[in-house]
Amino acid sequence: MSMPARNFETPAAPGRSATLFALPRRQPDVLRDRVKPIAVAAATRLVPPLVMLAVLIAIWQLAAGSPTSALPSPTKLVSDSWELIAHPFYDRGGLDKGLFWHIFASLQRVALGYVLAAVAGIALGVLIGQSIWAMRGLDPIFQVLRTVPPLAWLPISLAAFRDGQPSAIFVIFITAIWPIIINTAVGVRNIPEDYRNVARVVRLGGLEYFAKIMLPAAAPYIFTGLRIGIGLSWLAIVAAEMLIGGVGIGFFIWDAWNSSLISDIVVALVYVGLVGFCLDRLIALIGRFAARAA
Amino acid sequence: MSDYLAIDHIDQVFQRGAATSEVLRDVSLRIAKGEYISIIGHSGCGKSTLLNIVAGLLRATRGGVLLEGREVNEPGPDRAVVFQNHSLLPWLTVYDNVKLAVDKVFRATRSKSERHDWVMHNLDLVQMAHARDKRPGEISGGMKQRVGIARALAMEPKVLLLDEPFGALDALTRAHLQDSVMEIHQKLGNTVLMITHDVDEAVLLSDRIVMMTNGPAATIGEILEVPLDRPRRRLDLAADPVYIRCRSAVLEFLYARHRAPTLAA
Ligand SMILES: Nc1ncnc2c1ncn2[C@@H]1O[C@H](COP(=O)(O)OP(=O)(O)OP(=O)(O)O)[C@@H](O)[C@H]1O
Ligand SMILES: [Mg+2]
Repeated sequence: MSMPARNFETPAAPGRSATLFALPRRQPDVLRDRVKPIAVAAATRLVPPLVMLAVLIAIWQLAAGSPTSALPSPTKLVSDSWELIAHPFYDRGGLDKGLFWHIFASLQRVALGYVLAAVAGIALGVLIGQSIWAMRGLDPIFQVLRTVPPLAWLPISLAAFRDGQPSAIFVIFITAIWPIIINTAVGVRNIPEDYRNVARVVRLGGLEYFAKIMLPAAAPYIFTGLRIGIGLSWLAIVAAEMLIGGVGIGFFIWDAWNSSLISDIVVALVYVGLVGFCLDRLIALIGRFAARAA
Repeated sequence: MSDYLAIDHIDQVFQRGAATSEVLRDVSLRIAKGEYISIIGHSGCGKSTLLNIVAGLLRATRGGVLLEGREVNEPGPDRAVVFQNHSLLPWLTVYDNVKLAVDKVFRATRSKSERHDWVMHNLDLVQMAHARDKRPGEISGGMKQRVGIARALAMEPKVLLLDEPFGALDALTRAHLQDSVMEIHQKLGNTVLMITHDVDEAVLLSDRIVMMTNGPAATIGEILEVPLDRPRRRLDLAADPVYIRCRSAVLEFLYARHRAPTLAA
């Protein structure tokens, strides 16, 4: 017994001292092995779009650089709208606010309409996915309604609510709800027979089945619907706000157009794009988080 | 022989529009408590259909199933099923998959810590306790099938229904799991109804082998007793004359008298 033990120790000793020697040498290796790939990955992600952005701005500058150009060049834009770019948080009352407040007002409307659409859309989607009769009755109607452009709902909702605020929220609701309904229904209909059989053998009740089988099984579909829905909401809010007025990024753009502040419009568009992008990523992130936590 | 589970004159006819197809005709079988029964037959003859009827997942067109003298016509944990493709819920861990069943079946009768111990006990039984926090996507096919078996056992079923439980596994894993199931059956004395394609598996595990004729309108062609002592050891059996006789009887039934009807199809 002692012989193999000694045999084991003898070769181990130089091995240990070798590690001691290697340690100071390995430390820069860690930097090279760990930090470098991350840096490279970040660079490959960030550098191409930044380069493309610079190229596009340069082209824009060349195209709109002449004094007679109808649209502002980037340099003119920055000098014209510097107030707006530098102070997103100012608030002088009324409609004279920084862009942050306009975006914030729009986001509030979107949030309310979208949450209502998510709740109602998932509920209706479950109904359609579960019941063959609900599907036969409702699916054709929904297929027609979902092709109605968002703004076409605005006059009707103005007539119904007699107020801009609930009308805008309703337009968001009606815009976002169709993809949520349809994707939820597809997800529920595609729950594998096996999972349903498991639930039947265990005798899960209706509510338990909904929470423990249906929602997790359909979650990827539901989140696809939610993601399409948030994109459409953000598309619709700008147009709706142009028509209803008040604080909000849509009316800000309309107001800038009426005052011929083209530079301000461009700045607002950048904000709209960035916020839309963030909303999409937010829902995608929640979806991924839910998939992991479930 | 007392009837623990009785399958009583079952006919199954599927109707799709105008087309009707008679899958099972007059299937009757009486199973005693603690018996291990295998059903063997060519693909498509209606084995899964029969198992689903016993499970209550499918209503027979005529006839019925009696468990301890009481008719069963809906699924329930007293007839736990191990499905052919494991059917674990992929969003739950191994532990939670078993716990889902345990919580539902024993919510009223056992405390929280008792239920936890029972989940772990059943995972131990199939040697899967070490992977309790893994998701089904992170474990092998054989391991998934083990968890499926643990989930079924954890319901303390009166009858355990296995639909080709080892069908999708490689030969080594399959042998390993067969040994596990034999051991569990020996220990717990469950009543088991198992579907299989594999002649050796049927002879090794079963007290009786139910051989089905080919569809359409399949029925029980023959029932073979396997009078081998338990515990059985696969190595000793290879040369056992009783084993060889049973094996060739099944092979003879399947390949000489009831050849697969449409091998060309
Ligand atoms: N819901 C159904 N509607 C119509 N026909 C069905 C239905 N379910 C099964 N069948 C038919 O019943 C027959 C038997 O099917 P079953 O799944 O029971 O076969 P099996 O013996 O389990 O086959 P395998 O060994 O390949 O699993 C098949 O011909 C199949 O097409
Ligand atoms: Mg089958």
